Amino acid sequence: MQRALTLYQSTIGKKVAMALSGLVIIGFSIGHMLGNLNAYAGEVAFNEYAEGLANLPFIVWPTRFLLLACFGIHIASAFTLVTRNKDARPQAYHVTKHHEATFASKAMPISGIALFLFVGFHLLHFTLAPQLFNAAHFENPFWNFYAGLSHPVLALVYIAGNLALGLHIYHGFFSAFQSIGANHPKYNPLRRDAAVGLATILTVANLMFPISVQLGYIEAPAGYEAAMADAAAPVNDAPAGDH
Amino acid sequence: MSTFNITLHVWRQKSPTAQGKFEDYKVEADEHMSFLEMLDVVNEDLIEKGKEPIAFDHDCREGICGMCGMVINGEAHGPQKLTTTCQLHMRQFKNGPFDIWIEPFRAAGFPLVKDLVVDRSGFDRIIQAGGYISIRTGAPLDANATPIPKAVSDMAMDAAECIGCGACVAACPNASASLFTAAKITHLGLLPQGQAERPERARNMVTAMDNEGFGSCTNHGECESACPKGISVDFIARMNRDFVKASATAYDRAAKSDGD
Repeated sequence: MQRALTLYQSTIGKKVAMALSGLVIIGFSIGHMLGNLNAYAGEVAFNEYAEGLANLPFIVWPTRFLLLACFGIHIASAFTLVTRNKDARPQAYHVTKHHEATFASKAMPISGIALFLFVGFHLLHFTLAPQLFNAAHFENPFWNFYAGLSHPVLALVYIAGNLALGLHIYHGFFSAFQSIGANHPKYNPLRRDAAVGLATILTVANLMFPISVQLGYIEAPAGYEAAMADAAAPVNDAPAGDH
Repeated sequence: MSTFNITLHVWRQKSPTAQGKFEDYKVEADEHMSFLEMLDVVNEDLIEKGKEPIAFDHDCREGICGMCGMVINGEAHGPQKLTTTCQLHMRQFKNGPFDIWIEPFRAAGFPLVKDLVVDRSGFDRIIQAGGYISIRTGAPLDANATPIPKAVSDMAMDAAECIGCGACVAACPNASASLFTAAKITHLGLLPQGQAERPERARNMVTAMDNEGFGSCTNHGECESACPKGISVDFIARMNRDFVKASATAYDRAAKSDGD
């Protein structure tokens, strides 16, 4: 433990911590996306998957704690390193010309902050406080999925958030190999290809959820429209109030 | 002989604490001049006028000592790949740009001394922390007594090409010294003679690098692009591996004898 802490005190140790925690979060993101693909199989399949997960508390809760720890380590390390890197060049250049740095690599702190806000929003929206965003909340996971993504503004938030995710992973997945020292001349070109492939698959698949709902490819479940009308009705019937 | 007119915007700063600013100079450049010779011409003129010449570091002017270095139009050592400032020739600017901005290497780890001169003794302290091997002196060993595979000795030579000019720090958006430190750790860590001190070397040099206030590596790759010797960022991954391994496996006795 003392060695791990000593390692973490160095800049390289923090980068290794960021790489490993980032890889765990990427792993979760892949599982999350694959699970959500059940939405294309319809209401019954999606709800069976959701309830199946809920019935595995001994898997769900340790995963949640692990993810929380990974997010904490990732963000704390990033904050320390970004602050340090800013201090490392107190006076900026008048002219800068970059050759290798990409839009994604330079935007890592920005896309990271965007992801932090997006994940916070996503947790509130679907888990902690759905009533803040949705007109109605249901005990049916698929109905909540549909209610969330059929709202045009919320769908845009999901699209923007997933673009930030793709950008972050495009540099982060590649960078992680370098940070943990996983390199070999034979396999080095594959690291960039793997990052492009993973970022593309994850982003496109995630973007398709809000887009499919918006375009009607994923249809409203039976009875949903009527229930929404009922939920909206009391608002219409409410006393005129003070206006 | 072909000459052309350029305008220089040079960072002038009297002392580490003085307020610096860009000053403009009009120069007639010959395409066969090196960049430093062009600055020599500017300085001759300044001296004749009784003004303070532009201070810049230089020594061998052959591209091997690592003494020269400035940021030219946003690029450490200027626009030509694999070339130090002293080996950069004005023919590179024959077709423009005719406005040339010249700045010192900017990093907290390289405090400015005067004009374009920065103090790179931070690199010396990183070397002192472990960039050496301890051997008994005496009669020299037979040159081929220790067999080293050709591929390994080639890679060690690639790393040993580093001249310690600091362009990697200057070009890095984070002003990180990772490429320099990695080149030195790799160069010695690949060879049989460097094995005995390899774990301590990685730990001590990385610690020294952090203590100098350089930034961390975020894998932009700008350092490799700016390096006049083409040192590969692959060595940074090697350094990370050596450092993590050394941190995990170093003998506690060795750690205690560090004195910290």
